[in-house]
Amino acid sequence: MTNTPSFVRTQMLDPKDPPITEKGAVKWIRENLFSGWLNTILTIVSLYVIYWVLAHILPWSVGGIWNAESLTECREIRDASGIGYDVACWAVIADRWHQLLFGFYPSELYWRPILALILFGVAIAPILFDTAPRKLLIVTAIMPFAAYWLLWGGTIWGPLVTALGFVIGWAVLTYGAATLGALGATIGAIVVPLLYWLLVAGPLSGILGAALPIGIEAVPSDRFGGFMLAIVIGVAGIVMSLPLGIFLALGRQSDLFIINKCSVIFIEVIRGVPLIVWLFTASLLLNYFLPPGTNFDLMLRVIIMVTLFSSAYIAEVVRGGLAALPRGQYEGADSLGLDYWQSMQLIILPQALKISIPGIVSTFIGLFKDTTLVVFIGLLDPIGLSNAIRADSAWNGIYWELFIFIGLCFFIFCFSMSRYSQWLERKLNTGHR
Amino acid sequence: MKKSVLLGTLAVAGLAAGAVSAQTLDEVRARGALNCGVTTGLVGFAAPDANGEWEGFDVGVCRAVAAAVLGDSTAVNFVPTTGQTRFTALASGEIDMLARNTTWTFSRDVDLRFEFTGINYYDGQGFMVPRELGVSSAMELDGATVCIQTGTTTELNLADFFSSNNMSYEPVPIETNAEAQQQYLAGACDVYTTDASGLAATRATFEDPSAHVVLPEIISKEPLGPLVRHGDNEWGDIVRWTLNALIAAEELGVTSANVAELAAGTENPEINRLLGSEGDLGGMLGLSSDWAANAISSVGNYGELFEGNIGENTPIGLARGLNAQWTDGGLLYSPPFR
Repeated sequence: MTNTPSFVRTQMLDPKDPPITEKGAVKWIRENLFSGWLNTILTIVSLYVIYWVLAHILPWSVGGIWNAESLTECREIRDASGIGYDVACWAVIADRWHQLLFGFYPSELYWRPILALILFGVAIAPILFDTAPRKLLIVTAIMPFAAYWLLWGGTIWGPLVTALGFVIGWAVLTYGAATLGALGATIGAIVVPLLYWLLVAGPLSGILGAALPIGIEAVPSDRFGGFMLAIVIGVAGIVMSLPLGIFLALGRQSDLFIINKCSVIFIEVIRGVPLIVWLFTASLLLNYFLPPGTNFDLMLRVIIMVTLFSSAYIAEVVRGGLAALPRGQYEGADSLGLDYWQSMQLIILPQALKISIPGIVSTFIGLFKDTTLVVFIGLLDPIGLSNAIRADSAWNGIYWELFIFIGLCFFIFCFSMSRYSQWLERKLNTGHR
Repeated sequence: MKKSVLLGTLAVAGLAAGAVSAQTLDEVRARGALNCGVTTGLVGFAAPDANGEWEGFDVGVCRAVAAAVLGDSTAVNFVPTTGQTRFTALASGEIDMLARNTTWTFSRDVDLRFEFTGINYYDGQGFMVPRELGVSSAMELDGATVCIQTGTTTELNLADFFSSNNMSYEPVPIETNAEAQQQYLAGACDVYTTDASGLAATRATFEDPSAHVVLPEIISKEPLGPLVRHGDNEWGDIVRWTLNALIAAEELGVTSANVAELAAGTENPEINRLLGSEGDLGGMLGLSSDWAANAISSVGNYGELFEGNIGENTPIGLARGLNAQWTDGGLLYSPPFR
């Protein structure tokens, strides 16, 4: 050890920092933005375009006027303030935001749709997140009736009596199997509630309502509007079309002739005609066929049409998922001795639905945005309300502010749906790879 | 088999519809509210305000009918209708009357089986151009680009006008009035054409209205009025004479301010008959004797309705023009109340 040559270091040098051009932001910028003369030019042009766009939009939107009674007043305030460029007149949002969100719903009752939305969030939690407590499923089962009652109000007996029909169906299915056999119980579970709803439910709720008048203030459908209308139609359509679509997809795959052909015809007819035509059918044609004096709510008709329309699309998306499963999965289920419903429920559908998630969510996002089509049959959705607001002489001539607000709201809803689906895909990615 | 079932259904529906149409008045009374079809939004004619209350010139007609029939001008369900849904909504019985700036034409009256119960606004198609073009007459518009709403009668009128005057034009098709305003301001077209009332309302929203002129030529007749279904003449009479009552009230000097006082009885027998202190005109319609007084006191006479919604003191600023009383050189002329 004594002969260690003096030119050999005994200890390592500290690592030096890389040259300034080879690390951090500078390196990233150099490699990604200025790596060659073409990229340099493109970068400079892009930066200029971004600057140009922001220089026009930011002063316009940030400097916008929030306190004014009309577009004319907005312009007066702007001219008085002496700024030389155009600014947004956000006062129209400040004045009408409640209308864009709730339509003509009575303002003292806004808590009802808000509560319904919160309850909806609680109700879908056990479906969306498997960490949520299972007891919340009770809320999920009650939710459709609670939401209807909260939104439309009126006597509590209507939704209760309607819900009783489902209980009856469930009771027939569970306890009738012993006496009627499996097929008889299934048919009974469909027929008995239908008869109950058609014949008994109406008078029963009338009697109960007369005996015990419990209820909250009723709000007719024509007070609904804005995003509330879009969400009610969209959510009702989404919630009801998913099970319907799954049944249609199974029906289309079925070997039973009548079920198969009925599903195929339904899907192809509904899918072969544009949504706007179905909406016009709901709004115009049905009126001629219904007996005069029947007040079949326009909104209900629209919800039914939207549900049927999107269920046909869901059916095809799910069928894609079913078709993607290897034959061995079906055979494996059979070999375990599972019957049809068990094999579907335990083996086939969980896998098929997982594959179909992007398609299903994409259909839902499309459905939600398609609700704006109801403007053509005279329902005041956000776009329809923007026209109605412009028809007020105080706000006539205002465009971008309204459309930006509406677009932003739609983006928030659709983007969160999309993010959720991506999260779900990652979580369920047990993988075939 | 299926065909006969379908035809049977149609026949039953048709019969039932025929049976129901003769009793609109009873239905409205039983319902306690008038279902009135309006536009989904047209400046000055019908629009919901910040509280969701409908306001406007056409809305006033609905309220007047509700006041005459039910004695309450707020007992109206306003049903927003689009250009496509309005006639079906009326024909199917979803609404009792339509007051939606609808032009009275032969085919609508005869072929669509409706009954126009009068004219509440005489409109006509006009042109608007930027002042800097220096155009003073529509005859100088040869070769112009024109913003025009597609699928409307204005499109057909425009083609007729240019071809009959041996001029050419280039159409810029647009879908809505909102789009038209943007296109016109952006300079995509030299001329914007639509109903004169719409032009005035549009021009009023511009930053600098004085930079645009509405040309004097009116190239079409657009008599706008409320309408009801064929087949229920009693109901048609009620709507017709409610509108006439508003017009006659202006001619006779009855306003919402003095109607209560005049209803007690005046020297003028026609006012007495109109307001129910003499004769029984209300009873003939199947209404109470103070039907017209209710209508006038709730919405005012025709002149008040006009001035309050679209007149010269509103942002829209329409002059009476053709819509003045016949005594003032206009076309408003109510048959006598006798």
